[in-house]
Amino acid sequence: MRANRSLEIGTGLFVLLGFAALLFLSMQLPANGLKFSFQKPIGYDVTAQFDNIGDLKVGAPVRMAGVRIGQVTKIDFDTNTERAKVWLRINPRFNQIPADSSAAIDTEGLLGGQYIAISPGAMPTYLTNGSQILETQSALVLENLINKFFATEANKSHGSGGGAKESK
Amino acid sequence: MSNGARAGVLELVRKTGETGVFFVRLLAACIPALSRPRLIIAQIYNAGARSLIIIMLSGLFTGMVLGLQFYDVLNRFGATEALGTAVALALLKELGPVLTALLFAGRAGTALTSEIGLMRATDQLTAMDVMAVDPIRHVAAPRFLGGLIAMPLLTAIFTVVGLFGAQLIGVQFLGVDHGIFWSQAQSAVALKDVTEGVVKSIVFGAVVSLIAVNEGYHSEPTAEGIGRATTRTVVASSVMTLLLDYVLTAIFL
Repeated sequence: MRANRSLEIGTGLFVLLGFAALLFLSMQLPANGLKFSFQKPIGYDVTAQFDNIGDLKVGAPVRMAGVRIGQVTKIDFDTNTERAKVWLRINPRFNQIPADSSAAIDTEGLLGGQYIAISPGAMPTYLTNGSQILETQSALVLENLINKFFATEANKSHGSGGGAKESK
Repeated sequence: MSNGARAGVLELVRKTGETGVFFVRLLAACIPALSRPRLIIAQIYNAGARSLIIIMLSGLFTGMVLGLQFYDVLNRFGATEALGTAVALALLKELGPVLTALLFAGRAGTALTSEIGLMRATDQLTAMDVMAVDPIRHVAAPRFLGGLIAMPLLTAIFTVVGLFGAQLIGVQFLGVDHGIFWSQAQSAVALKDVTEGVVKSIVFGAVVSLIAVNEGYHSEPTAEGIGRATTRTVVASSVMTLLLDYVLTAIFL
């Protein structure tokens, strides 16, 4: 009886562990799976609105002068302003960020993920829980840049023949 | 063709046929074997729960070394943020199922073969036959089902432990951002990739268990014969795992 019991406990533990792992793989890992965040970062919430967030994702870091000060906790579309609304949770250690600071979406490395870079302003009041960063700069979408570049090139060669080079 | 080579090819064909016939008999015995779940649970314990330590340790170190290697390569392109993507896909689709199957063949497959082989050598299987107890139903089928159930669970555990091992190295030691590591992994992995890993692990579990049980059941009833059967289990299931891995990958792509 004794041996039987430990066998059952061992098997049960193994099966539960296995299913927990399967559940993690199928629900937590894929982007289209259900998610429950298991570690809520502490800090205060700040929002910012962007015209285009590009490839920004929940969990992306918020940086100031390159130092991580928080992370993106939620991304939504604001139907009133027709812009993307991003919630940032800032570590409470960094509680003296000027209220007129600006937020930009930057890309890390060549292929890397995007993050929010905050450049400090000069106001003597600070960002607090619930305040909004007003001055923002959208993500640079590489395809748009390339399109613009080719459009201007095409205009140059069509509009003035070979004159583009001389005017430069 | 020399005599030896001809005999070798013939033996290979015979072995394939023997395994095929045994597989059909095993499948037929699986349904009645389900009415004795206690036997299957004991085999899940033997094949799965007792392989847990080796699987978790191997998973941890596989993940850690993946973290190191991918970091080194990605660093040359200034793309270390893609570490999460690389590690998650590599573990989920290839290394998890394949390494678990190889370890499973070495840890559980050999135990199955030698156990059943010794039963054969000590005439326990014949005795069952005499008592009108079907040895395939009472000995082979529970072990096959136990391996079949244990493999996907072991693979999932291996993959998750590996991911956290890679996170340990990449995030804690090499300084990749924690949020970037996981968000990159999540954005790259689709449910299809998880399915691929799970399907692979189920197929590998069936193949390794089948080969192990078959080799034991048909082993020569001598000490030397059991040893040879155990060796054949490891060789055949490793080769079959890698071969089927290629086929399954081609199908899923």
